Parts: sequence; C-alpha cells; structure tokens
Amino acid sequence: MSETKTLATVWLDGCSGCHMSLLDMDERLIELSSQFSLVYSPLVDQKIFPDHVDVTLVEGAVASDDDLRKIRKIREHTRVLVSLGDCALTGNVSAMRNQCGPGPVLLRVYSDGQKAPSMGVPALLDRVQPVHEVVPVDVFVPGCPPSADTIYRVLAELLAGRVPTLEGVAHFG
Amino acid sequence: MSAEANIRTLTIDEVDVSARADQTILEAAREHNIEIPTLCHLEGLSEVGACRLCLVQVKGARRLLPACVTRVEEGMEVTTHSPRIDRYRTMVLELFFAERNHVCSVCVANGNCELQTLALRLGMTHVEMPYQYPQLPVDASHPRFTVDHNRCVLCTRCVRVCGEIEGANTWGVMGRGAQSLVITDLKEPWGESETCTSCGKCVQVCPTGALFEKSRAGMRAQKHPEFLPYLRIMREGEQQ
Repeated sequence: MSETKTLATVWLDGCSGCHMSLLDMDERLIELSSQFSLVYSPLVDQKIFPDHVDVTLVEGAVASDDDLRKIRKIREHTRVLVSLGDCALTGNVSAMRNQCGPGPVLLRVYSDGQKAPSMGVPALLDRVQPVHEVVPVDVFVPGCPPSADTIYRVLAELLAGRVPTLEGVAHFG
Repeated sequence: MSAEANIRTLTIDEVDVSARADQTILEAAREHNIEIPTLCHLEGLSEVGACRLCLVQVKGARRLLPACVTRVEEGMEVTTHSPRIDRYRTMVLELFFAERNHVCSVCVANGNCELQTLALRLGMTHVEMPYQYPQLPVDASHPRFTVDHNRCVLCTRCVRVCGEIEGANTWGVMGRGAQSLVITDLKEPWGESETCTSCGKCVQVCPTGALFEKSRAGMRAQKHPEFLPYLRIMREGEQQ
C-alpha cells in the first residue's frame, strides 16, 4: 500500500460544475479516499490552505483580487497544480466579460438604483484570466465540466506517479 | 500527353504513392488514407490555403508548405507528421482560439464544431497566446440564419460556396488581417441582402458556430457539408 497523498480542490470563478463532476465519480470516491486525503476543499471544513499539498485541482478562472491571492498561495504550496475545466483553462464563461470590462457587468446587475457593494467583497479584476496566465500549471483538463471519468483518469494517473495525457480524450465545452 | 506522363510518383511519410500531376499533396495523401488535418479545405470547393493546418514538410523546401495548394511533383518526399509540424499546427489552432471569442460551452455548435474537434485531435489543451477578446457584432437580421463573428475563423467556406455553388456571391470579405469580417453584399444586414437566396449552403459548410440556423439555437446544430461533392457531380453531369 503506497503512502497516502494529499489532495486539495479550489473553487475560483466558476459555476461549481467541475466540483459536481468530481462528486459524480460516485463509488470511485471511496476507492480514491483510501489513497488521497482531502485536506482542503469547498467540500470540507478547512479554512487555511495547508503548507504542503501533493495535488490541487483548480476550478474556475482568476477574476477577483481574492482569486489572485488564493492562486498564488496555492501554487506556492502545491506540488502538482491541475487546471480543472474550461474556466480554469480558457476563462470560458467567466471571461466573457473581458469584451466590456467589469463596469458594464456591475451596472447591468445593479441596475435598479442600487450601488454595487464595495465593502467585504473581493474587487473584480479588470480582466479575467485563465489560471496558467497567472501561475505555472502542470496538468490541463478541458471540459465544461470535465466528465467524472476524465477526472478519475487524471487522479489515478497522478497516483501512479504519471503525468496524465488527455489527447483525444477530453475536449473543450 | 499520354496518361502515363501525367502520373507522378512520390513518397508521403515514407510510403510510395502515385498521383495525377494536377493533384495536390492533400488529395494524394487522402487517397492513400494518410490523414492531414484541415479546416478551410472542403471537398467540392476551390482551395484557398487560408488556415495553414495542412502544413507539411517537403524535402528540400526550407519552409513548411500547405498540402491543399501544393501540387505533387515527381520524386517529392513529403512528411505529414513530425514534432516541428505538430508544434506549428497546435500554434495555428491556438491563434484561432485567441483571436476571437470561442466559448465552446455556450456555443450552438458545441459537439459539432470542426475547430473544437481539431483541438481535441491535435491535443491542444490550452492556449499560450494571450486572448484578444475583440468586440464583434452578431447579425440576426435574416429570418432564418444568424452570423456570429465571435466564432468565425475566416476560412471563407461561406464565401466560396455562395459564389461557386449557389452563384449568388452574397458573401465577401472586408478588412485585413485579424480585422477581416465576412460580410453580406456591401456590409448590408443579412436580412436586407438583395442577392441572398436563403439557400442555407453557407450555414451547412461553416465549420464552427459562426453561421447557424435560428431554429437550431440552443440545440446541438449538426451541419451537413457532405452534399457538396454530390451537387457538383450532378451539375457537371447535366452540362455534358
């Protein structure tokens, strides 16, 4: 029995669909849980990112100053960083506002005379970026969301000490 | 000239092949089941060599040559796959994705898009080039069809099918480089075009979700460009 590896999952600017797909691995989660220890995730109650994580799956694009702080810290403390899904890889829907910038988006949402909140919420960046434009990424997993089979394949390969190749397996969208 | 003199022998990926002198490397390769990726090429239309995905290495030539517009020559030695060629092709694909706003997840052609399929086949998992995020218009003035320039790769299949097959010449290209746009008539709204016959051929040959049928919006729009060679054969038959 090999040593248990530590796994973290992070949710930046995405719809949580990639995390849904992760849960969609069903009973394979039990198999993986004997080999991975989930140390940080929206799915567990851990507030501070640990110092040393073997594998971190990142869902979502970098869209706010909070995302930016998080992803830099995560990169620093992660051995293998995995961009999970189209938002992390391409910006996807999150980055559609790059055509006009955050201003018009906020105006559209807060259109009935309310003011967009500025206290206690992270400030939006002028430009939404895919993760690899901000920090180096080791593995790219396309899909909106990537299928449970694809995520399982990626984790199983990483457990076996290999870099997963997804050529001809996972596509955008 | 005798038929024999019209035959050229060459090698493609170290396989001996023969082809007619008027054939391109792409035609010769496909006849021998050697796959070369293409995007602007479509059987039944003229070649423009616009997309550069079919770049191949020809021994003795310093630069890579587009297989779709390069004629076969006697003794030619063609390589269709190598690390250098693969790198160029992936780079070409990345440039397509970076140049406009290709968001597969919300595209009407998701699952039926030639650009998306090429990214999958050539193993392009992300784009290293910075995305441009241009602000581009969508013209939905036609009662049946829409053109979304955000998803256009400027392959000019629509322009060619409209001129060469339908004979309407509604579609054209304006501007230069990345600022080019496919336009109807003299950039009239499509719905006000006096030349468009609403035949829909342009929609069927469009490799992405740039041209689509309104009734298919929100559905996975499957396109059928395979009608072209048949149409051509039928018409040529009529003329004889």
